[in-house]
Amino acid sequence: MPLSTQDVEKIAILARLKLTSEEKALYQEQLSAVLEYAERLNQLAIEDVPPTASAVSLQNVMRNDIVEPSLAGDDVLYNAPKHALNQFQIKAVLDNE
Amino acid sequence: MELAFLTLTELRDALRRGDTTSVEVTQTMLDRIVNVDNDIKSYLSITDEMALEQAAAADARRASGEDKPLLGIPVAVKDIICTQGIETTAGSKILQGFVPPYDAFVVRQLKKAGAVILGKTNTDEFAMGSSTENSAYFTTRNPWNLERVPGGSSGGSAAAVAGCLAFGALGTDTGGSVRQPASFCNLVGLRPTYGRMSRWGVVAFASSLDQVGAFGRTVADCTAIFQVTAGYDRRDSTSINQPVPDYEAALDGSIAGLKVGVPEEYFIEGIQPEVEQAVRAAIDKLAELGAEIHRINLPHTQYALPVYYLIAPAEASANLARYDGVRYGPRVEGQDLLETYKETRALFGPEVKRRIMLGTYALSAGYYEAYYGKALKVRTLIKNDFLRAFEQVDVIAAPTSPTTAFKIGERIDDPLSMYLADIFTLPVNLSATCGLSVPCGFDEAGLPIGLQLIGNTLDEATILNVAYAYEQATGWHKQLAIGHSSLTELHS
Repeated sequence: MPLSTQDVEKIAILARLKLTSEEKALYQEQLSAVLEYAERLNQLAIEDVPPTASAVSLQNVMRNDIVEPSLAGDDVLYNAPKHALNQFQIKAVLDNE
Repeated sequence: MELAFLTLTELRDALRRGDTTSVEVTQTMLDRIVNVDNDIKSYLSITDEMALEQAAAADARRASGEDKPLLGIPVAVKDIICTQGIETTAGSKILQGFVPPYDAFVVRQLKKAGAVILGKTNTDEFAMGSSTENSAYFTTRNPWNLERVPGGSSGGSAAAVAGCLAFGALGTDTGGSVRQPASFCNLVGLRPTYGRMSRWGVVAFASSLDQVGAFGRTVADCTAIFQVTAGYDRRDSTSINQPVPDYEAALDGSIAGLKVGVPEEYFIEGIQPEVEQAVRAAIDKLAELGAEIHRINLPHTQYALPVYYLIAPAEASANLARYDGVRYGPRVEGQDLLETYKETRALFGPEVKRRIMLGTYALSAGYYEAYYGKALKVRTLIKNDFLRAFEQVDVIAAPTSPTTAFKIGERIDDPLSMYLADIFTLPVNLSATCGLSVPCGFDEAGLPIGLQLIGNTLDEATILNVAYAYEQATGWHKQLAIGHSSLTELHS
């Protein structure tokens, strides 16, 4: 199923990507080709097949609740683009009005 | 013979005998990198000072009577694996300048074994690619022919080892990213069973498919790296808590009576004829060495590619949501927080954006069942193909890649043709199997061909031993890119 320009724009919003109009046109074409290729999965009868989300089946991996040292605050903030008062600094999430 | 051209295990013996020191060999490698890597471009960063310190420490430990499996041996690490105090970019501008505050589990294990880390190797951005052309920094060249790609995404690690710029290396393999470059560069590359090597500290691409792997010029070299990096890590909840066998001791070269399955689905139209001939000849050689050859079927092979290109981008779109310019990496400020996210995420390269878009779509409301949900079900069929096959045979033999190394620029504008480069390697990642590539000849242009051996869950020992038997009987691994190709003039 080919994607429309609106589809591409909607996905870009969901993915927090800013695309140029050239990128939109290119991705519209390339993603449509990949999705068309994926249509071949419809050749298979899979209604009763259970899904596999991981190669190994592990469930509820637990560990003992032992307190251990974690990374120092300075180490954690070392890579932060902006920080203040021992915290990551960002623009306001909610505006004041 | 020059130090740089020794295999890892030959160097280990030389160090144990006292014929050389870690400082001497590390300096030799660093000099060689300066001389040769301008042409190959395998390393993104060289950690020369740190490497020489590690080498001096290794020599001191040896002088005090200590011995470790990799004591004093210089190796390389793919730049998607975190190294404490060393920039780790995953080949992306969005992680430029990121200096991890800790070592990945596998790097800790390398250091514990005494290895010297020469630097970080190039990769397609976030390991998304089959050629290193998607690296945000530069394209690595194949030491066998500088106009060709080294394969990818772990192409930097493969080119470094093939160019004798490291004695072994770590890579990661989400869809073939260790085996395919190993095949293109005449190396042994192992992708262990999911969970055999910890993913802790490895930048995540597709979490249900990612796995660390090892490169070596010989089976023994690859095994030596794998031996020390495999094992349980409580920090990775998908890590398998089972003892690590002595893989090196299991390399006895005896494969008499072993059942080798040959899946006809892997010899498809479009495969390069020389690749098919070389792989079929390799299978004949295994028969000569006493293996029983069985024709088998993996009927859902043709669906692995569409399944992979729905599951991997879906997982990637979730994993890469973390790159928002808040906690690490560069931030490009916009007028509000949302615009800051978008401006910052414009640092992703075209292939990464393409996969985030594809994955976001496959997971979005209304399409989840039609794409992602369906892919998970077909993944079950692919996994079951292997379960059935391993009831009949001990190991599966097939080509690693349908072609030898392609030209730089040849496929970069056509994502589907690039994705087809992984068609024979993806099924291992989708199932609970393990796989490796071992050199099995050359095409008419002198480019290496790889034989892929696929093993059952946690049965790395068997595929390594089959590869070892084959390698010892043929000797393709003895041919070096150096002195054979366009690198001749660089050999000084």
